[in-house]
Amino acid sequence: MDFAYIVQQAINALQLGSIYALIALGYSMVYGVLVMINFAHGDLFMLGAFLCFLIVSSLAAFTLPFFLVLLLVMVGIGLLGALIERLAYRPLRGGPRVSAIITALGCGLVIANLTLVRFPYPQPMPQLFTSVSYHVYGVTITSLQILIIGVAVVLMLGLDFLIRKTSYGMAMRAISFDVKTVPLMGIPVNRIITLTFFIGAGLGGAAGMLYGTAYPVIAPSMGILVGWKAFIAAVIGGIGSIRGAVLGGFFLGAVEVTAVSLPNVPSTYRDLISYSLLLIILIFKPHGFLGKAPNQKV
Amino acid sequence: MKYLPLLAAVVSVAGLIGCGEKAPPSVKIGLNAELTGEMPAVGASSKNAAELFVEQLNASGGLTIDGAKMPISLNVGDNGAKADQAAAIAQRLISQDEVLAMIGPNASTCAIPASEIAESLKCTMISPWSTNPKTTVDATTGKSKDYVFRACFIDTFQARVLAKFVLGTLNAKTSAVLYDVASEAPNGQATLFKEVFEKNGGQVVGFETYTTGDRDFSAQLTKIKAANPEVIFLPAYYGDVPLIIEQARRLGITAQFVGSDAWSSPDIIKLGGANVEGAYFCNHYSTQIATPIAEKFVADYKAKYGQEPDDVAALTFDSMGLLAQAINAAGKVDRQAVRDALAAIPKYDGVTGTMQFEPGSGDPIKSAVILQIKDGKFVWVANAQP
Repeated sequence: MDFAYIVQQAINALQLGSIYALIALGYSMVYGVLVMINFAHGDLFMLGAFLCFLIVSSLAAFTLPFFLVLLLVMVGIGLLGALIERLAYRPLRGGPRVSAIITALGCGLVIANLTLVRFPYPQPMPQLFTSVSYHVYGVTITSLQILIIGVAVVLMLGLDFLIRKTSYGMAMRAISFDVKTVPLMGIPVNRIITLTFFIGAGLGGAAGMLYGTAYPVIAPSMGILVGWKAFIAAVIGGIGSIRGAVLGGFFLGAVEVTAVSLPNVPSTYRDLISYSLLLIILIFKPHGFLGKAPNQKV
Repeated sequence: MKYLPLLAAVVSVAGLIGCGEKAPPSVKIGLNAELTGEMPAVGASSKNAAELFVEQLNASGGLTIDGAKMPISLNVGDNGAKADQAAAIAQRLISQDEVLAMIGPNASTCAIPASEIAESLKCTMISPWSTNPKTTVDATTGKSKDYVFRACFIDTFQARVLAKFVLGTLNAKTSAVLYDVASEAPNGQATLFKEVFEKNGGQVVGFETYTTGDRDFSAQLTKIKAANPEVIFLPAYYGDVPLIIEQARRLGITAQFVGSDAWSSPDIIKLGGANVEGAYFCNHYSTQIATPIAEKFVADYKAKYGQEPDDVAALTFDSMGLLAQAINAAGKVDRQAVRDALAAIPKYDGVTGTMQFEPGSGDPIKSAVILQIKDGKFVWVANAQP
């Protein structure tokens, strides 16, 4: 167990964590404004990978730059997320929360199964980006890993800027603070919520494309497992908190990789160790690391 | 509530439309296949081969039941490569559709629960491709199941073949194993390989696992890299193998990869490309050392489907052939008679070799082949006799 081994595992954890963090952001943003878990988010992540596949295969004659396709995928999935909000969630806005959750689950199932009908076979993701491996002192890092971590960090910083420094971001924070008073201040609540879904879904789609680029075999079922793990990451970080989602994502990635990399512990115990640890954390911090207990107004 | 009469009318009309012409009587055979999920190519191969067999048999009139010829029909169910779905499909095919016998499932993870249903409902089941011993043998009592058979070899034999190949032909003394702990066949193959490899003087320096659906193996592979094995044994289905090898090479692992029969779909080359070149794996048959029976099957399959049949297709074709021979010998549509006739078949010359079932066992004695992926094709390397 030497230093190079630790650094290598740390890089693996960073890559995995970046992807979890990007997806977790989508969950937290939607929960922040609507107090609702968008269970269809994991499937939007999966669609991001498939949309990238469709764009690249149908325009195979042109060599498309990676970032152009990333932009197209983000906008495409973002629009789809906003559409789902408009069609499926908004009509249920005043109703019982359980209805919204069931609808979200249903949307997710519809998306996953429609994709399954169109793509019953796992597909190889076409290579948009030739990765170069760098070997430094026994540690291997590839340009692909640098790209994934870099893109994720840039997107997260961009989102943080949006939330903290723009009026849209302020409106989102206001809605998550007190949704009933906000319309009285002249803020178009519906428009802000749609924008929130657009951005959240866009980030999920970006994560899907990055995931498909890193693990180039895509299948309609890939959204379910990763979606649930990212949801757990969002909860650990504090659901509703943007910084919490990022923290939760990287934390979950680190925990999973550490659980495997422990010497003399079989990697079969990975999930057992990871989720036991998370359970213990939740016992002591029920609202996650950065979550706040809702204020009880007397 | 006010729409209730309209709804009732629509439902009754729909029901009446369903009562159309009755299909001519046929012998119903069930096919429990992995048409969707993580190994759809396996299900597709199985379905294609089964349909080809049905077509050829019905062209010559069909089976001989009570002295008259009767065609066979195929009831196909999709088990999605999931254990619970496989059990549900088995239940539906046997109890609801009342099939005479069931072919499949192929993946051991599906075949084992389905076999328990078939055994309790006393319906013959032949799995074309499941190699895990537990499919035909009850794991708790150790007794053979009466109604469950298979057309392929079992993992105790396959593990021996592969361990001997790695130690002997590849001359490698150290190996590591990476497998899906949640799937029956890879799990069994990994454990048996480790046992035989170590018993014959080898050393297993890494024994890592992942779960079905995982895509990132870099943590496990980094651990394996630190142990520096000469060979990595990878008993995984064709969807996982390209990702694992790609990530291993990316990390700088130069070990030789060796796989099991779970690799056998040609989709592995489509998904894996250059990364899977040079790897070896064990298989049930090779088109390159085909007998005349096999050559005819390969030609017919290629003419109908435009591609060469893989081992799942060949084994499904043989399963159907075994079943047809048993039904003809029994001469009636009776599950017990068919089962007894199947167990008593003296010799069956199939695409994948000559088969018969030992008394009290549902496992045929079969030989294996070692193949290598070379220039984007499966190339025969060696035979392995039991």
